[in-house]
Amino acid sequence: MSPDKKQSKSYSVETRQLNLWYGDFQALINVSVKVVDGLITGLIGPSGCGKTTLLRCFNRVNERYGNVTTTGEVEILGKNIYDADVSLPELRKNVGMVFQRPNPLPISVYENIIFGLRVHSERRIRKRSDTDNIVETALREVHLWDDLKDQLKVKATTLQLEQQQKLCIARLLPLKPRVILMDEPCSALDAKGTRTVEELMLELAGQYTILIVTHNMAQARRVSNECIFMLLGEIIEHSHTEDLFLTPQNSKTADYIEGRYG
Amino acid sequence: MRTIVNIFHQLGRWGEPVIEGIIRLCGISAIIFVFGIFFFVFREGMGFFFGGLDIVEFLTSPEWYPTSVSNKRYGVLALIAGTFSVTVLAMFLAVPFGLGAAIFVSEFCGPKLKETLKIVIELLAAIPSVVWGFIGLTVMNALIIDLFNVPIGLTMLNGGIILALMSVPIIVSIGEDALKAVPDSYREAAEALGATRWQVVYRVLLPTAKNGLLAAVLLGVGRAVGETMAVLMTTGHAVKMPTSPFDSVRTLTATIAAELGEAAVGSDHYRVLFIIGVLLFSITFIVNFVTDLVIKGIREKA
Repeated sequence: MSPDKKQSKSYSVETRQLNLWYGDFQALINVSVKVVDGLITGLIGPSGCGKTTLLRCFNRVNERYGNVTTTGEVEILGKNIYDADVSLPELRKNVGMVFQRPNPLPISVYENIIFGLRVHSERRIRKRSDTDNIVETALREVHLWDDLKDQLKVKATTLQLEQQQKLCIARLLPLKPRVILMDEPCSALDAKGTRTVEELMLELAGQYTILIVTHNMAQARRVSNECIFMLLGEIIEHSHTEDLFLTPQNSKTADYIEGRYG
Repeated sequence: MRTIVNIFHQLGRWGEPVIEGIIRLCGISAIIFVFGIFFFVFREGMGFFFGGLDIVEFLTSPEWYPTSVSNKRYGVLALIAGTFSVTVLAMFLAVPFGLGAAIFVSEFCGPKLKETLKIVIELLAAIPSVVWGFIGLTVMNALIIDLFNVPIGLTMLNGGIILALMSVPIIVSIGEDALKAVPDSYREAAEALGATRWQVVYRVLLPTAKNGLLAAVLLGVGRAVGETMAVLMTTGHAVKMPTSPFDSVRTLTATIAAELGEAAVGSDHYRVLFIIGVLLFSITFIVNFVTDLVIKGIREKA
């Protein structure tokens, strides 16, 4: 790590001494990390190293499992999201998430995209033409508009997996999130689907800070600007992706990327 | 254990077909019983159904005087209205409570409370209907007289409340199953988009589980239509077109239960009671059939 090199950058996610337990099991140990604004940061490491847990801390979706204890701070957009006065809906509006299995809701394509807005502005009745525009813009951004413009009423769960996953990205966009968390977004897709989703991520970077958990080291090399290597709940190394893969500072990192374990 | 295994070995090629035949018989027996019951009930009523009963008057006249000396009249409209009104009132009370409880148990309460609630709700379902009738006859009766200042508490309201209490456990357990069948990934997706738990319930779960919830309600209706003893004891048993919840009413089921013992075997009165049985059978059959279609709808979509 070279903190001096990063000082000019702004950070959208910062954790300080973050610890997390599932019951008695400690899944994250003293995690302190800074994620640069507007870049794609990859989280890599062997199964069970805590990378998905760390990702799920950033929108507090971990708390769905009742037995989670968290200590430390996670600062997103200048606010500790574990403060008592944080509103979860507001946090999750700013920090969107894409899951491992595409999980569109069992409603139409149109309603899936507008779902976030409906949830966040319950009272306001939107004009049909407004929502039409929002849906078109979101679908165009993920290159689904041409495929789906005639199928907006189709139930989203009947689409192809690749389309479903892109739809899951598209439905975050109307909420204008600052950070998008992706938990192995391509693991359910074939090679072609993986490529298009990766291209999409590269297009979206810049407008959004993207954090991606991946098992696929080649994918981490292809899409990420920075990479974080985790092992047994701890951050081992965090640097530019090329540096991490070409000149790893830590021998554990080197062993992992050379495939000696994991 | 060893000897049983040996016997099966010795049965050899005969063992399989014999066992298969027995199991097949068990499976088919349900169909035989249903048709058998329908056949025998219909056979008892058939003589009058085809000889003498004016079917239009039977279904449209509210005059039920099966034991009149000079002018016997067999109109069941008042009884149908009684069954219908008590059922509707019961569902009006039971559906919101039952579905509310199902949503609470499935989505909002902690695991410990959930276990307790489920056990208590099953216990509620296990209370015999005559005990419910007894509660209606004593507790509810006095309560209704006191609260509403009416002369008698054995009314449509009383029967409806008791039936509602009896249907709620079914609605809760089937409704909870329907909500449990909604994949957790839907909840997670909606929550990650910032939906509150209540928004998850009414924007995601209710639309997704609506068929299952409808099936729960229809099973509750089936229970309410078919219930006999509790309504016999609580509704006042007066043949009357109901005009308010404080009227006494009589249901189809209660009429059969109360009068069959008094009717001379083979008389018109006896036979018309069996025709009422067929009518009831048809109503519950239709309700169950619709429920089945609805449940099938869920499976095809899933």
